[in-house]
Amino acid sequence: MINKREKTTQWLIYIVLVLVSLAFLLPFLSVLSTSLVSEKEWMQRGAFILFPEELDWTAYRMVLFDSTLIWGAYQVTLFRVLVGTALNLIVTAMLAYSLARKDLPGKNAAVTFIFITMVFHGGLIPSYLLIKYIGLQNSLWVLVLPSLVSAWNTFIMRNFFMSIPFELEESAVIDGASPATVLMKIIVPLSMPSFATIGLFYGVYHWNEWFQASIYLNDTHKYPVQVFMRNILLSGSLQDEQMDLTNELPPADTLKSAVIMVSTLPILLVYPFIQKYFVKGTLVGSVKG
Amino acid sequence: MNSQSVGNIWRRQKFYYFLLLPGLLYFLIFHYIPMFGVSIAFKDITPFDGIEGIFGGEWVGFTHFKRFFDSYYFWNVLGNTIIISLYKLFFGFPAPILLALLLNEVTSKWFKKSVQTISYLPHFISMVVVAGLLTNLLSTDNGILNAILSALGKEAVSFLGEPAYFRTILVISDVWQSIGWGSILYLAAMAGIDPQLYEAAKMDGANRLRQMWHITLPGISFVISILLILNVGKFLEAGFEQIFLLYSPSVYQVADIIDTYVYRQGLLQMQYSFAAAIGVFKNIVGMVLILLANYIVKKMDQPGLW
Repeated sequence: MINKREKTTQWLIYIVLVLVSLAFLLPFLSVLSTSLVSEKEWMQRGAFILFPEELDWTAYRMVLFDSTLIWGAYQVTLFRVLVGTALNLIVTAMLAYSLARKDLPGKNAAVTFIFITMVFHGGLIPSYLLIKYIGLQNSLWVLVLPSLVSAWNTFIMRNFFMSIPFELEESAVIDGASPATVLMKIIVPLSMPSFATIGLFYGVYHWNEWFQASIYLNDTHKYPVQVFMRNILLSGSLQDEQMDLTNELPPADTLKSAVIMVSTLPILLVYPFIQKYFVKGTLVGSVKG
Repeated sequence: MNSQSVGNIWRRQKFYYFLLLPGLLYFLIFHYIPMFGVSIAFKDITPFDGIEGIFGGEWVGFTHFKRFFDSYYFWNVLGNTIIISLYKLFFGFPAPILLALLLNEVTSKWFKKSVQTISYLPHFISMVVVAGLLTNLLSTDNGILNAILSALGKEAVSFLGEPAYFRTILVISDVWQSIGWGSILYLAAMAGIDPQLYEAAKMDGANRLRQMWHITLPGISFVISILLILNVGKFLEAGFEQIFLLYSPSVYQVADIIDTYVYRQGLLQMQYSFAAAIGVFKNIVGMVLILLANYIVKKMDQPGLW
C-alpha cells in the first residue's frame, strides 16, 4: 500500500540523489569543457563553463606536443604503474598464498608481524633517512620498492585464497603434484578475479601517488605525472604567490584543465569497466576480514 | 605437530617459506627498521649522521619531547589536528551512512547503480586533481563561487586564504571525495539484512523511517563499530595530503596539523630528531585511542577489532 506520504518521500529521495550525483559530475564536466575552449572564450565567459561554444584544441596541443616534459612524466608514471603493479601482485600473492596455508608453522606469527605494521609506523623522518641510506633517493625504484606490499591487500588476497576449496589441492597432491605445480596450475588460474581486483587497487594507487615521489625525487625528469601536474596546478596558488617574486604568468585555466584531463582521463576511461571489480573486492576482503 | 622434527617440517613446507621470504623482508626493511628509527627521537641527529643516527648518536632523552610540549606551536598544532579530525568525524563519518540509507530506499535498480557508480568517481581521482579543482572553484579571479558572489554584488573572497573558511572547505571536499566509496560497505551490510524483519515491522505499522531506525541501523551496527574504531585510531592523522596541498601560511593558525608541522620542521628544516619525537608522540596517542575505542565498543556488546 503506497500512501501519498510515502510517494512524496520517494520523490524527495530521488531528487536528492540526482542533486548529489550532479555534485559529483559537474566539476568534471566543467574541467572538460574548460580544457576545450579557446582562451578568448574563457576570458569572455569566465568562471564556470559547462558546454563550450566552440571547440578549441590549443590547450591540448600545448600540453601534449609543445611540451616534452609531460611525455617524460607519463613514461615515469607508466613505469611505476606497470612494473610496480606487477611486482606488487607477485610478492603479495606469494605472501598471501603461504599465509593461507592451513598448517604452516609460524604462520600466525607472520600474520601478526604484518598486522602490526598497519597500526604502527616509524613516521616520515625515519623512513626518509632509511631511503637515503639505502640509496634509493632520486632513483626511479623509490616509486616501486617502498610500497611493494600493502598489508591490507595481502589480507584481502589471503581471504580469497582461504576460500578456495581444499579438495582441489588435495586431489592434485594425491596425483603427485608438487606445491609449485599446485600453485601455478590450479590456484593461479582460479585466482584471476582476485588478481584483477588487487592489481587494480595497486594500479590506481601508483597512478595517483604523488607525495612520496615529490619528496624522494630531485630530478624533474623523474617526476611522475601527478607531481608534474601539482607544479603546474598549484603554481598560481597562494603558497607561491607569497614566495615567488620572479613569477612567470601562471598558466591559463584552459591549460591547467587540459593537464587535469590528460592525467585523469585514463582512469576515467577504464573506470566504468573496472569499478565492479573494486566493489566486489572490497566487499570480499572487508566483510570477511 | 610436535612429534615432527624440524627437518621434516622444512622438507614439506620449504616451498611456502620461500614464498614468504620477499614479502617479510620487505616489511622488515621498510616498516620495522623505520619503527626502530624512532630512537632518533631520543637522540640528537644532524643531517650528516645518516643511518648511523638510527643505531648510534648522542642520547638526549626527552629533550625534544619537552621542546615540543613547551613550544607555542604544540597547543596550536595539536588543537588544529583534534578540531579538524573532530569535524571530519562528526560530518564525514555519518555521511556515507546517510547516503547508503538513501540509496537503500531506491527501488529502481538501474538508478541505484548509476548513482552509486557516479558517487565513487571522486575516490579514484588523485588528491592533486581534487586540490586543483578546488583552487579553481574558489579562485578569486575566476572561480565560480566568487563569480556568484560578485553577481550578487558582494566582494570576492579568497576562500582558501581565509582562516574562517578553510576548515569548512577541508571537511566538504573530504566528504565529497569519500562519501561514495565509504557507502559501499554499508550498502553491502544493508543488503544482508533479513527482509522478513522489514515485513514484520510493516505489519506492525512501522513507516520507512521507523524501519530504518529499528532494523537497518542495528543491522549495520557491526560495520559501523569496526569503521569507527579504525577511524579513531587515525585520529591524529587529519588528512595530511589534502591539507598540505591546500594550505598556505595565511591559514597556518587553523590548518597546521601535526603532520604538516613535522614536514616543515623535520624535512624542510632538517630537525630530524625533533620531528621524530613528534612522530613518536603521535603513534603512542594513536595506539591508546585505538585500544580505548576497541574496549568501549566491546563493552557495548559489539565485536571489536580483536
